[in-house]
Amino acid sequence: MAVKLLKTLTLMPWLATLLFLGGCGMVVLDPAGHVAGQQRDLLVATTALMLLIVIPVLVAIAWIGWRYRESNPKPDVGYAPDWEHSTLLELLMWAVPLVIVIAIGAITWIGTHTLDPYHELTGKHTSEPLAQGKPALQVEVVSLNWKWLFFYPDYGIASVNELAAPANVPIKFKLTSEDAMNSFFIPALAGQIYAMAGMETQLNGLINTPGTYKGFSANYSGEGFTHMDFDFVVSRKADFKQWVTKVKSEGDTLTRARYQALAKPSINDEVQYFASTAPGLYKAILNRCVDPKNMCMSEMMHIDHNGGRPLHHEAPQ
Amino acid sequence: MQAITQDRSELMTFLLGRLSLESIPYHEPILIGTFAMVALGGIGLLAIVTKMGKWGYLWREWFTSVDHKKIGIMYMVLAVVMLLRGFADAIMMRMQQAIAFGPVEGYLPPHHYDQIFTAHGVIMILFMVMPFIIGLFNIVLPLQIGARDVAFPFLNNFSFWLTAAGAALIMASLFIGEFATTGWMAYPPVSGIKYSPGVGVDYYIWALQIAGLGTLLSGINFLATIVKMRAPGMTMMKMPIFVWTALCTNILIVAAFPVLTAALALLGADRYLGTQFFTNELGGNVMMYINLFWIWGHPEVYILILPIFGVISEIVPTFSRKPIFGYASMVYATMAIALLLYLVWVHHFFTMGSGASVNSFFAIATMIISIPTGVKIFNWLFTMYRGSIRFTLPMMWVMALLFSFTIGGMTGVMLAVPPADFVLHGSLFLVAHFHNVLIGGVLFGVFAGINFWAPKAIGYRLDEFWGKISFWCWVVGFWVAFGPLYVLGLMGVTRRLNHFDDPTLQIWFVIALCGAVLILGGILAFLMQIYVSIRDREKLKDTTGDPWDGRSLEWSTASPPPAYNFAFTPVIHNRDAWHDMKRQGYERPTSGFQNIHMPSNSATGIVLSALCALCGFGLVWYIWWLAAASLIGVVATVIVHSFKYDHGYHIPAEEVARCEDARTAELRA
Repeated sequence: MAVKLLKTLTLMPWLATLLFLGGCGMVVLDPAGHVAGQQRDLLVATTALMLLIVIPVLVAIAWIGWRYRESNPKPDVGYAPDWEHSTLLELLMWAVPLVIVIAIGAITWIGTHTLDPYHELTGKHTSEPLAQGKPALQVEVVSLNWKWLFFYPDYGIASVNELAAPANVPIKFKLTSEDAMNSFFIPALAGQIYAMAGMETQLNGLINTPGTYKGFSANYSGEGFTHMDFDFVVSRKADFKQWVTKVKSEGDTLTRARYQALAKPSINDEVQYFASTAPGLYKAILNRCVDPKNMCMSEMMHIDHNGGRPLHHEAPQ
Repeated sequence: MQAITQDRSELMTFLLGRLSLESIPYHEPILIGTFAMVALGGIGLLAIVTKMGKWGYLWREWFTSVDHKKIGIMYMVLAVVMLLRGFADAIMMRMQQAIAFGPVEGYLPPHHYDQIFTAHGVIMILFMVMPFIIGLFNIVLPLQIGARDVAFPFLNNFSFWLTAAGAALIMASLFIGEFATTGWMAYPPVSGIKYSPGVGVDYYIWALQIAGLGTLLSGINFLATIVKMRAPGMTMMKMPIFVWTALCTNILIVAAFPVLTAALALLGADRYLGTQFFTNELGGNVMMYINLFWIWGHPEVYILILPIFGVISEIVPTFSRKPIFGYASMVYATMAIALLLYLVWVHHFFTMGSGASVNSFFAIATMIISIPTGVKIFNWLFTMYRGSIRFTLPMMWVMALLFSFTIGGMTGVMLAVPPADFVLHGSLFLVAHFHNVLIGGVLFGVFAGINFWAPKAIGYRLDEFWGKISFWCWVVGFWVAFGPLYVLGLMGVTRRLNHFDDPTLQIWFVIALCGAVLILGGILAFLMQIYVSIRDREKLKDTTGDPWDGRSLEWSTASPPPAYNFAFTPVIHNRDAWHDMKRQGYERPTSGFQNIHMPSNSATGIVLSALCALCGFGLVWYIWWLAAASLIGVVATVIVHSFKYDHGYHIPAEEVARCEDARTAELRA
């Protein structure tokens, strides 16, 4: 609300300028995604608020520098060799930035909470009506050296280096990593979030317009990092169903062994489809126990939680 | 390399660790070319020094000197050398990114490219800007507070050589082995032994550990100097602003650098001892490293910029012929920044999945810092207001700085808004922002400071003509180089990529390369400025000791100052001490000189640092005997040094009188 108000009040010209620039391929300023769009609004709002003070300062630097230059031919511009203090001015120069920071801070607090990537999106964000209570599309993302693996638990399928989703449906990502820390980023969608081994992060997003968008890793992760990009194909619901069918007919099974082979470092991988996946594979990757020899982290944490007693200990005698 | 290591005899492995002929990158033409140039240049330099018979002079008067002014100049020389290295890395990156589109792979393979951007970051921050800053402290600070030297002169020499030893290790990695391919933050797990089994990260760790120790010691030194050695009458609220910012900076150094040392020690333990602090296994967690790194890294940013705030606060009043406006505000703003900046480190990783409240807290803390920073900018503005401004080189640099730093500060606050950071984090927008504050803020300020204090440090002004060429090349080149990166960041382009598929991006990278070429012009013009100034030193000579009509104490003494700085310790009555003395009709004492006690030179610093570098080299290459022997050497040298009961020497009163009389004559002429 506050964001909206401030935007309309002060920033229309700036917004227009920036949107014009956005026309030249600035995806950050002209994203298709619902969340990314709000992130852009917040960026523009805070920038405009700061320009309220930055522009006068820049003008003042130039004007004061010019007017009070020693070589100024005007005889008396008011050189005051001992003037060094003014309570009013000093109060003002603390107060004015303070007021602006209070304003930016307020919209930051609100914006950070409403745009929390863990915040689930609902049907009210879509441009066409969505059946009430319809769940989001679940996607489980694993970053590997140096490719992306996407699980679709709703359909039991998986894909490498290609992400597909229907338009107008909220998408809920859960992310982890096999190796290095990567940052999962589709600029058009909803900002980025780190994918880290042994840990799970979340991201929620939604795109209203079908199209093919760019996704990539935004955190350097080693030799093949440059080529860790993928296509994010957003299509109408029917087309997405077709994509699922295609994956189911073309792909084979992602077993644990197959996954371990896939996880070996490689660069510039082709798109791959898997019609089915080994049960609980994503959970096993997250808990670092794809290799059955390794104890799952969840299990270890459970034992720790129980004060070191094994998971299924016998009842005390 | 693995196979070769296995074939080697045990003796060879004992003697050389994992170092072998294969470690020399002779198959890389770029490196061989660079090596040839460096080697030829180095041999040429050594030959000239030998031919002129200057080794004894260099050793006695410079390398073993404990004189803060000479150590300051050595820091400056080191910084300029490292600037050249860091810039060579920069322009190679710019070239790669300007050509590597579509089918063109570019001329740098990923392994080489990754080393270059890592080295660029490490060198520019820790081995270029830091030496510049500490060099400025050394040259200016004791003079501004009316002291004869720093609190611990030997420690000062030792600190410098430790920094130089770290730099030497990094330079060695260019030709022996490789440097880290991890990015300058060396985030695990990429920097762990599993993903980086080579020597690169080990070079990084030991170079930073050694140089970091030097920085920490120098922080302690300046802290003690400022607290204990101010001239009588100089209360805290009469200290020049540069001294205030130096005080805050050195508090930050002492508080923050141990965190880096600890983080790197843990990373080193992971790599050498098989611990699992930051690995993916056995409960290790990369987030701990990232937090520790930025708990040091964020204060480090302010360690770079705070002294520059001090530099501006000296230059603006001098060239506006007015006292600094709102001194008290300035002091409180500086202290506020120094406290607040400990509460913002999470803004380097909003995207790690902290909750909205945590992110908001750190975001708003970050924004609050912009208040005292804004106050400073207003203070400088009002100092200029109703002034009589002389646009000499130092002032020109400050004007350029005020423009670019204001804009850089604004883009910084943009990045501090978490939802905005989610789309700009790690992008070229971020790269443009921090170069905006590091070049447009810190480096411009360093050049302002160099042009301002050069007459004091070396006794003659720097050439204006080449200085102005350098200035315009740098300022224009900076915007041409980094303006496009802002645009690219908004186009969603992330950093550290070595190849692009989208041909529409290319034009922006080409423009950025043009900017880098302009900056190259700026650097060359700066070197030319130094050369011309040395050549014309008689013409540019500063006989007054006060070439700019200065306001603080350093301008009250000769240029360059005598070894003892002040024949009599000055007494301070006013904030602008020297301005006040001039106004009150101060007359230099010309008689009644006394013996002056001075510290003796010492070779211990350079010996210890050389041993530290050797130890680091041994550890990098697993040459354990070398590491152990040099470590024992370090301990032995420290023990021997602690038995030296050399309490310095006295400059006899006659010598002081001779020196001061010469200055009296010079002032009359």
